[in-house]
Amino acid sequence: MNKKKVTEQLGFWVLRLCVGITGLILLIILFDIVTKGIGKVSWRFLVESPRNGMTEGGIFPAIVGTFLVTMLTAVFAVPLGMGCAVYLNEYADDNVFTRIIRMSIRNLSGVPSIVYGLFGVVLFVQMMRIGTCVLAAGLTLGLMTLPWVITASEEALKNVPQSYRNGALALGATRWQAIRSNVLPYSISGMLTGTILGLARAAGETAPILFTGAAFFLPFLPKSPFEQFMALPYHLYIMVTQHHSLETARPIAYATALVLIALICSMNMFAVILRYKLRKQKKE
Amino acid sequence: MKIKENLIHGLFMFNALLVVLVLIGIFALLVNTSIPAFREIDIKEFLFKAAWNPTSYVKETYGIGSMLVSSVMVTAGALLFAVPIGIGTAAYLSDVASPGVREMVKPIIEILAGIPSVVIGFLGIVFVGPIISRTFGLPNGLNAVNGSILLGVMALPTIISLSEDALSSVSKTYSDASLALGASRWQTVIRVKLPAALSGVIAACMLGMGRVIGETMIVLMATGCAPAMPKNFLDSVRTMTSTIAIELGEVPYYTTHYYALFAVGLVLFIITFCINMASDMVLHKYQGKRG
Repeated sequence: MNKKKVTEQLGFWVLRLCVGITGLILLIILFDIVTKGIGKVSWRFLVESPRNGMTEGGIFPAIVGTFLVTMLTAVFAVPLGMGCAVYLNEYADDNVFTRIIRMSIRNLSGVPSIVYGLFGVVLFVQMMRIGTCVLAAGLTLGLMTLPWVITASEEALKNVPQSYRNGALALGATRWQAIRSNVLPYSISGMLTGTILGLARAAGETAPILFTGAAFFLPFLPKSPFEQFMALPYHLYIMVTQHHSLETARPIAYATALVLIALICSMNMFAVILRYKLRKQKKE
Repeated sequence: MKIKENLIHGLFMFNALLVVLVLIGIFALLVNTSIPAFREIDIKEFLFKAAWNPTSYVKETYGIGSMLVSSVMVTAGALLFAVPIGIGTAAYLSDVASPGVREMVKPIIEILAGIPSVVIGFLGIVFVGPIISRTFGLPNGLNAVNGSILLGVMALPTIISLSEDALSSVSKTYSDASLALGASRWQTVIRVKLPAALSGVIAACMLGMGRVIGETMIVLMATGCAPAMPKNFLDSVRTMTSTIAIELGEVPYYTTHYYALFAVGLVLFIITFCINMASDMVLHKYQGKRG
């Protein structure tokens, strides 16, 4: 009996150690970047362009570029993703056709991001002759984000009770009217939560934009979707590996990493708060 | 009204069909862009030869052998520590932790999942690299060990959250029965719940593996990327993903080298596709048994 208790405690401590290691990893990542990056982050760092061969100045164009390309990603991925989720959850029966669609979604979310980059180069940059620009990068990231948006949206749609639909249908509403009035209003915040999480991931991606539009350095902001852009993750990559003077660039790299993490964390926080509010609403 | 209704239905259906088209499109474009490469490269040589030297003045060689070995090496290294820690954390969250602790640990995993890979790669250069070079007395710490550690960190959240889902979805009657028979909670976790959720946990690890093999920025930044056959874990490695990332930016369009890079992408796509399908099959087997 006693031996059993000891083994149990020992086992639980091994599991606690696993959790501790996971927590420690996050702590190390955040601590290293925050302590070494915070000194360089200032208002001017956020609103100035890089100067002197990117050894001084700020990261304003990279912030704007990431913002623009993420907006474009949302424009492509959100309507398509939500539409696909509505079809799967509201219209489709369980048959071979829907099973193939679901299989495709699962596989798309497993396709490596660099392969999306290759796809973007051939389809958008060359075949459609868009060239390397914000639009091509946004389309590429949009395709990559699509499966995440679909999965999250479907989850939200599943949470709407069946009785809501039946109520509307019983009153003589058509399928679409029932969806519009009784399903979408109750699932939209859940869909948005998942979508924002997906967009946050897209904002931090580097591999798909390497060859579809991200630029090393640009003195001006992109004026149209057909121009190249600077992006935070790509800027960080360059500052760390491609810069002519790596040591002088290091503080800027740390600060860029901090801004990138802060941006993504605040997007995630926003989504989590949205989800929390939603849960509270439901309980009431 | 009926027409409008059907139109909307059709629109949504077309929308869903688009997803299938994207997947087929990716595959078709990769195949289509790879084929010209094999006009000049022998396919057997491409798959099995170790040397990748597309810019040689004497004779260009296109063999992905060393890249395959490199990719497998860092993936194995990453899973070696991400799988036990991931499953351990998942088991703790689903069976040991109080609800309060769980609410505290879950955001940690979510934040970890949200850290961009380029940031993890950056830490590989400035944080993990120096530690490795000091420990092993190497001139620099950019090698397979470094890449493995970072990739493991990246795979952790995937493995944890999916394994936890699998463990939590084991019917409560299983653990109740085990506890009623006098087993301790530890015995219940190890002997009853883990075996019952095994296929879900395996599927989680496989999905983590798929993400690791396809990861680009981390290996590009932290493994040194020397294009040679690695001899051990302290050697610099160059995976398929980092080769594409390094060379596609410099290669002229429509050359054999360019097409060969797409062939590498195709191999990568096929590998991850197979891993995904296999994890799907494992998962379905498990659902079938219990449904």
